[in-house]
Amino acid sequence: MSTLTKTTYQIPIGPIHPALKEPVMFEFEIDGEQIVNVDVRLGHVHRAIEWAGTRRNPIQVLYLAERICGICSYCHPMAFALAVERIAGIEVPDRAQYLRVIHAELERICSHILWAGVAAHEIGFDSVLFLTWEMRERALDLTEYLTGNRVTKGITMIGGIRRDITPDMHPQIHEKLQYFKDNFEKIRHIYLDDKTFKMRTKGCGVLTKEEAVKLNAVGPTARASGVKIDVRRDQSFFAYGDLDFDYITPDVLTGEVNGDVYDRIIVRLLEVKQSLELIEQSLKQMPEGPIVAEPKIAKLLAMLKKADGEAIGRMEAPRGEVFHYVKMNGSECPYFWKVRAPTYSNILPWIPMLKGEQIADIPIVAASTDPCMSCTNRVTFIEKNNSYTLDREELHRRSVEKTRRLCP
Amino acid sequence: MSQESRLTPEQIVQSFQETFPNNIRDSRIERHTAGLKKTELVHIWMRMDREKFKDILKHIMTIDKAPHLAVVSGYDSNETIELIYHFSVYHGTPYQELSLNFVVSLPKADPTIETITDVYPGALITEQEKQEMLGVVVKGIPVNRRVFISDDFPKGVYPWRRDETGPAKMVKNLHHEVKP
Repeated sequence: MSTLTKTTYQIPIGPIHPALKEPVMFEFEIDGEQIVNVDVRLGHVHRAIEWAGTRRNPIQVLYLAERICGICSYCHPMAFALAVERIAGIEVPDRAQYLRVIHAELERICSHILWAGVAAHEIGFDSVLFLTWEMRERALDLTEYLTGNRVTKGITMIGGIRRDITPDMHPQIHEKLQYFKDNFEKIRHIYLDDKTFKMRTKGCGVLTKEEAVKLNAVGPTARASGVKIDVRRDQSFFAYGDLDFDYITPDVLTGEVNGDVYDRIIVRLLEVKQSLELIEQSLKQMPEGPIVAEPKIAKLLAMLKKADGEAIGRMEAPRGEVFHYVKMNGSECPYFWKVRAPTYSNILPWIPMLKGEQIADIPIVAASTDPCMSCTNRVTFIEKNNSYTLDREELHRRSVEKTRRLCP
Repeated sequence: MSQESRLTPEQIVQSFQETFPNNIRDSRIERHTAGLKKTELVHIWMRMDREKFKDILKHIMTIDKAPHLAVVSGYDSNETIELIYHFSVYHGTPYQELSLNFVVSLPKADPTIETITDVYPGALITEQEKQEMLGVVVKGIPVNRRVFISDDFPKGVYPWRRDETGPAKMVKNLHHEVKP
C-alpha cells in the first residue's frame, strides 16, 4: 500500500542517560509505538586510554587498564597481563592461577547481581533492586576482604597476583559464600517465577542464534541465544582447565532456547551459582607455592623492557570475552595496545533485538546485554544534540507504566 | 562441529598454505599451558598478502562454519600499517578453541583494504574504527562514518598513527586548547 504521508518518526534517545546510566545514543525510527529501525552512536566517553598506555611501562598500564571500567576492573588488567606474560615468556605459578580464578569469579558475582538489580529497576521493581544490591554489598565486602579495595582492586601483577589467600581467611570466605547460597533461591524465585517479570521479559528483545553468531555476540548475550561460547571453557587460561563446570545456556533450565530477555536473566542467574561453585573448587584444589613469578618489581620491569613480540590476552569478563592485543618492541612502553571490551561486540546485536519492540521496552532490552559504554569507548567528547530527545526519566516512566498496565 | 572434521593447528596452517601457496608469508604456532593439568591453548599467527586477503579470510569458513571474529587491531609500524584480524574457531567444545590471527600490511601510500562485512557482518564497528584511528580506507564499507571519535575532530588526524598524521601536535598543545 503506498501512502503520501510520512508514517514513521525519528526519535533520538541519548547520549545522556539513554535508558541506561551510561552515554550512548540511539536513533530510533518509530511507527506509532513500534520500533522500525535503530541506529546506535558511540564515542561519547572515549578517553584515549590505549594511546596513554603506549606512554607507560607495562606495570603502570595495569593500573590504567583497571580504570577502563569500574565493574570489570579486574578482567582488563588481567587480559593485558596475560598478553604481556606471553610475550615475555613469564610462567605464572600454579597457586596464582587459582587465585586469579577466585577473583575473576567474585567479580562475575558482583557484576551479575548488580545487573539483576538494574534490570529490575528498568521495569519498575525498585524493591528488588534494593534486595539484590544488598546481596551485592556482601560481595563487595568479600572483595574488600580479599583485595583491600572494593572497586578498583589493584590485585593484578604481571606474572601472578598481589595478595594471597591464607587458611585463616577461609572461614570468612565460606561464610559469605553460604550467605549467597542461602539467598540464591529467593532471588531465583523472584526473577524466574514472578508473573510480571515473565510478562515483561518473555519474547522480548529476541536475538536468534544465527544473528548472535553472525554479529559475533559474546558472553551471556550469546549464550542466552544458545551459542556455546565462553572463553573460560573454550581456551585454557588461569586454572579453569582443572575445574569442573560447563557452558550455561538457558536450555539447561527450561529445555528450550528463545534468546529473549528472560533467557538472559536465566543465564546470568545460573552463572552466579556456577561462580560460587568455581570459587569453592578453587579454594579446595589450590596448591601451595609462590603467588608471583618475580616478586621484585625492578627486576620484572627490566625483564619486560627486553620483551619483543606480539600476543593476545583473552578472558571471560562478566559480560563476555575481553580481548587485548599487545605489541612490544624491546623498549620501556608497549608499542601498541588494543583493548576490545565485550560490549564492543554486543553493540550490533542490539539492532535485531530492538527492532519490532515497543518504546517502553527500550530500557529493559538495552539493559539486557549488560552494556558498558566506558569499556567500549576510550576517548571523551560531548556531542551537541538539539533534536527532540526522550530522556531517561521519560523512558523509565514509560517502562514502569507498561508494567503497571500489564498488572493493574 | 564433530570430532572427525576438526583439524589440528598444523593442519590448519597447512590447509591455508596449500590453498594459497603464494599468499601466506610466514606462520607461527604459539602454545601455552595453564593449570595443574597443563591444559593447552593454541594461538596461530599468519601473515598474508593484501591481494588474496579476503579469500584467505573466507577460507576460515571451510574450517569452522561459524568462526568468531573478536576484533581487527592495527598499528603504524612506521613504513606500513599493519592490520591484524583476530578470529577464533571451534568454540563450544571444551579447550578445543584455536585463535587465528591474520596479519596484513598496507603501504602508507595506499592504505586501502576491502571490507569483510559481506562475509562477517559483525566486523562493521571494528572496520569503522580502523578508518578513523589509522586512516585506513575500507572499500565497500556499508556505513561510512565515524564511530568513536566525534564529527568535529579534525580531518586527516589519525590517533593511532605515529607519523605526521598522528595526534602528536594536538597533544603537545593541549594546554592551549580553549574549550567552548
